[in-house]
Amino acid sequence: MSAADHSERPFPQAAREALADGLLRANMRTATDTIREKRGRAVAELADWEDLREAARTIKADLLANLDRYLLQFEESVTAAGGHVHWASDAASANEIVLGLARSHGVEELVKVKSLTTDEIGLNDALAAGGVNAIETDFAELILQLDGDWPSHILVPAIHRNRAEIRDLFARTIASPSITDDPRELAEAARIYLRKRFLQARMAVSGANFGVAETGTLCVVESEGNGRMCTTLPPLLVSILGIEKLLPRFSDLEVFLQLLPRSSTGERMNPYTSLWTGVAPGDGPQELHVILLDAGRTRVLADEVGREALHCIRCSACLNVCPVYSRTGGHAYGSVYPGPIGAILTPQLRGIEHAPTLPFASSLCGACYEVCPVKIDIPKILLHLREQAVATAGHTPEGLTMGAAAWIFAKPSRFAAATRLARLLQRPFRRGAMIRRLPRPLAAWTRTRDLEPLAPQSFREWWRRRA
Amino acid sequence: MPPPRTPTLDCGGTASFRLRRPQRVRIALFITCIGDAVRPEVGRATVAVLERLGHEVSFPAEQTCCGQMHINSGHRTEGERLAERVAEIFADAELIVSPSSSCVGTLRERCPQLRGRLYELSELLVERLGVSELGAVFPHRVAYHPTCHSLRVTQVGDAPLRLLRAVGGLELVELARAGECCGFGGTFALKNAETSTAMVADKCAAIVASGASVVTALDSSCLLQIGGRLARERAGVRTLHLAEILAHA
Repeated sequence: MSAADHSERPFPQAAREALADGLLRANMRTATDTIREKRGRAVAELADWEDLREAARTIKADLLANLDRYLLQFEESVTAAGGHVHWASDAASANEIVLGLARSHGVEELVKVKSLTTDEIGLNDALAAGGVNAIETDFAELILQLDGDWPSHILVPAIHRNRAEIRDLFARTIASPSITDDPRELAEAARIYLRKRFLQARMAVSGANFGVAETGTLCVVESEGNGRMCTTLPPLLVSILGIEKLLPRFSDLEVFLQLLPRSSTGERMNPYTSLWTGVAPGDGPQELHVILLDAGRTRVLADEVGREALHCIRCSACLNVCPVYSRTGGHAYGSVYPGPIGAILTPQLRGIEHAPTLPFASSLCGACYEVCPVKIDIPKILLHLREQAVATAGHTPEGLTMGAAAWIFAKPSRFAAATRLARLLQRPFRRGAMIRRLPRPLAAWTRTRDLEPLAPQSFREWWRRRA
Repeated sequence: MPPPRTPTLDCGGTASFRLRRPQRVRIALFITCIGDAVRPEVGRATVAVLERLGHEVSFPAEQTCCGQMHINSGHRTEGERLAERVAEIFADAELIVSPSSSCVGTLRERCPQLRGRLYELSELLVERLGVSELGAVFPHRVAYHPTCHSLRVTQVGDAPLRLLRAVGGLELVELARAGECCGFGGTFALKNAETSTAMVADKCAAIVASGASVVTALDSSCLLQIGGRLARERAGVRTLHLAEILAHA
């Protein structure tokens, strides 16, 4: 389930391929429309929604401003509750810690709770390479794992797949060939397949939606109950979370547990909210390891504008409202973090030189900022990263064009002269009222759209004659 | 000829009522680069609407571009210099109007000294000048596309709809997914041409399905994108800026 193969393909090219897939587009449209409407209704129910957003923004800003202190407090709290804390500076060291724990406990197969963080670090592949089989237990993640596919949405990883496709996959893999595409039958097939694994597993790996510095509590929210199985049945539990996933106080959960389900699934409450603090003798896992992951996050933290991206609670509301994402799907973003949040997170986590086209994968329509439950000003960060991308790229034809345009706009006489010149140059391309074909780079426009020519008389010419 | 106007009664403290005349205001026009070179008819309509209300319009000839294209493409320094230039040119203007929500948004964001003085046209008319009935007549089926920046950056609210509802003979039709982006996005339309096209194709399908013969908006840039696609599809739907409809008497 690694995104590595796709990671550095430029967005426009990846999007072009995705757009050519008619089934994908239809699947995406239906799915994002449904979630978007549900979210709208759930959010409209709360009169204090804007206050909650502001509270969440303030809490996360405080967390990031004092992260050094909160991290140590979290470590202390987890340890006091009987857990073990590990610090991983990058993906490889996090994977190594998990693999080491599996080996030292003689585990060859483990069960997993859906976790973006483990997808980000490519944990399943690393475990497989070390001879450990990780079984995804979230329904959608299971679908992708069975098919060797990878997630295209933060919350609904198989959003790009429809029921008929899943039926075919199950018929090939875990169910009888006569299975139908009735959702109940599909769910039952997964249930039978997974139940055995839950009961046999001696180790589980989870992510965490929140980690509370004050108490050392970890929190996972989910819809299917598979997460509860994983975090309670196996004797050994390893939870991996990015260092930005902390909350200072237990009471902060009050804000976030209202914002998250309404923003993500459009539900008032998510069906399962699991909270666990350390270990309890005779109940649940008897050994708990918590891995705190950096993997580029401290670099994001160092950027005063970009750091707001670390407020993200992975609700995916920005994906569902994004006019780009809802057409291209998630794979085009080349990362487990697709959509608008991916466009600002991935270039920062990996370095702008490794994802220079992502900040441009937006029309700056601002729908993402409007719905973000923690008020991340995504358009602002996109512009900030575009600036970095331009600076990193050095001299380019676009840079020259922009420089020339700035020179022209610096004086009205130059702008008027440029307008007159362009009017002459456009003449051979005019067909009736419109321009239907232009050479590159404007061909990108005229391939699919007519272009309105410059007017025979500019406004300033008209104004001068009028006076 | 002044337009028909609902008289406002002003009680002067005693039993005598007097009719308050609309005050004549001097308004400086920021035409924008697209408004200057590509769609000057929008500027002419803006001037016509304001003059018909009895206001005086000025056009500072030094103006060029607000710098949005540069800022949005990652060339912030050049863009901010252009925005700053606009702010200097309009430093003495008491009231500034521009027929583009997107350029107004950029200038308000980058040049705080313009805030409170710079208005998008529909905002100026409804919020500042307090008029929504302009005596315009436009007997057509019209779809209104609320552009992203008018909704979320400049936040003009329902000003354009109030203006459109007051236009004689105009039938305002429902547009599906009205608030969704048309896919223009400045250089986005070129850099991500396929995605931009997928977006505008859906927008045009919604426009055609609405049964409108005209689609209107507050931004000429978005109308270039929508109009360009409608023309390519030979959809038979015209694009007009709101100012052009309001100027129709």
